[in-house]
Amino acid sequence: MGAIRRRSLAPYLLLAPGIAWLILFFLVPMYYLAITSLQTGSLEVGYTFNWAWNNYREAITTYHTQFFRSIKYAGIATVLALLVSYPLAYWIAFRGGRWKNLFLLLVIAPFFITYLIRTLAWETILADSGPVVGFLRAIHVLGPDGRLLATSVAVVCGITYNFLPFMVLPIYVSLEQFDTRLLDAAHDLYASRTWSFLRVTLPMSLPGVFAGTLLTFIPAVGDFINAQLLGTPSQYMIGNVIQSKFLELTDYPQAAALSFLLMATILAIVLVYARLLGTERLSG
Amino acid sequence: MTAAAEAAAPIAVPRRRFGAFARRHVLTVFASLSLIYLFVPVAVVIVFGFNNPAGRFNYTWNSFTFQNWLHPFAVPGIQSALEVSIEIALLSSLFATALGTLIALALARYRFAVRGAVNTLIFIPMTTPEIVMGSSLLTLFLNRNVATGFTTILIAHIMFNISYVVVTVKARLAGFDRHLEEAAMDLGATPLVTFRRVTLPLIAPGVVAAGLLAFALSIDDFVITYFNAGATTTFPLFVWGAARVATPPQINVIGTMIFVVAVGGMILNLVWQQARARRGA
Repeated sequence: MGAIRRRSLAPYLLLAPGIAWLILFFLVPMYYLAITSLQTGSLEVGYTFNWAWNNYREAITTYHTQFFRSIKYAGIATVLALLVSYPLAYWIAFRGGRWKNLFLLLVIAPFFITYLIRTLAWETILADSGPVVGFLRAIHVLGPDGRLLATSVAVVCGITYNFLPFMVLPIYVSLEQFDTRLLDAAHDLYASRTWSFLRVTLPMSLPGVFAGTLLTFIPAVGDFINAQLLGTPSQYMIGNVIQSKFLELTDYPQAAALSFLLMATILAIVLVYARLLGTERLSG
Repeated sequence: MTAAAEAAAPIAVPRRRFGAFARRHVLTVFASLSLIYLFVPVAVVIVFGFNNPAGRFNYTWNSFTFQNWLHPFAVPGIQSALEVSIEIALLSSLFATALGTLIALALARYRFAVRGAVNTLIFIPMTTPEIVMGSSLLTLFLNRNVATGFTTILIAHIMFNISYVVVTVKARLAGFDRHLEEAAMDLGATPLVTFRRVTLPLIAPGVVAAGLLAFALSIDDFVITYFNAGATTTFPLFVWGAARVATPPQINVIGTMIFVVAVGGMILNLVWQQARARRGA
């Protein structure tokens, strides 16, 4: 009797501390974010809750440019990251042999350089006097005064680079688990290499692509560091607005409304995307 | 099926061999270029740690020097910022690894009612933008009149690390043989002894990997920390403040040190795991 009771209670005892932490410091804050987004007031007179839906209306009318820019930059960066990551993950999974783990470590290693320092390094790489701009000027892609820093190109470059492992790892995992005998079977049925890739490998790796694009897009859309360090105010994303409203202007209600809108937008995009790609079944 | 593959092979060999050859090399070239691309910024960070910049900013090469490595803490505030970062990374990875491992054990070994909800609660923080997590935590502290500082940073870091620990340890537990624990219990071991002598050694590599990951995520975190730091300065916050006025090359030196320690830890864990696997086989 005692043993049975202990067994049925055990999982809850194991879960309790960690789950309590997540509820207290992840879920409860979401509630306070919602409350704050419906308050009015200022730091001097204090903030009062009065169902101020106007915060949301104002947030959309004033900052829709930054919102759409964030989605655009994050979308482009996600596609670029996919184009780099898929072949790389494929190569590691199928050609890595016994060095697979080493190659994976190589993919992750650059991200142990502090995020901000890594982004500052791009400032050196893309600088006006740097080799990249020099080369692009020489081949007339850029004009003689053309530059990369302080443009949207630099911001998108930075975002693409900074979230790359989130794309490579899920794709790698889905390709790794994939049963290569399926390719033998496709080959037995006279499928060409290209055809068996398109009809067998690619569909099998779609859950990884799905996870990878989301894990890249989500942090990218909320990012403000790349726009701040590699861009100018005309490249600012919604993260820059939220950040400055919270920490510089102390306009908490408006900032909270923007933060909440960002979360809702991401949720909507994720749902539409899942429907479009039809991977809900696959990834579940 | 294998017999069929062998039968079909002779006909297809020339085309297949050429196709495979071209594909292997195109792919290898592409993969090598990608890896180089990944490491260019790393090289820049390391190399510019040896730069003696002409002005206040360390963005263009001037001349070579060892001075920054000889005096990495010569910049006011940089040492205390690094110390705060290390303290928070140690404490938060320790707590998060403990809490997360317990959750992973519960998920891997028991069937219980709220399983789906628990999985969702673990998953959502990893798909929430940092800025939303950081700002929502700040609204909690603002509304409850909690002053932000060291403790609130620690709270935040434990929070975002738990999910990563659960995922890492759970992956390790997937191939776990429960019979070993049952055997220990049958031989009269108490649950605590079983955990310490059987369960923990078996899952140790996963737990260590999770701890390392948590440490690396914590020491690198900027966004969530920035929202909940108050007057406390961690190393990434120091870099952020510096980026606006001056970027001393010591930033690169310390960035390189963190990089070497983190990657070194990962490699050691990998080697250790492989040695264990060989011993086990």
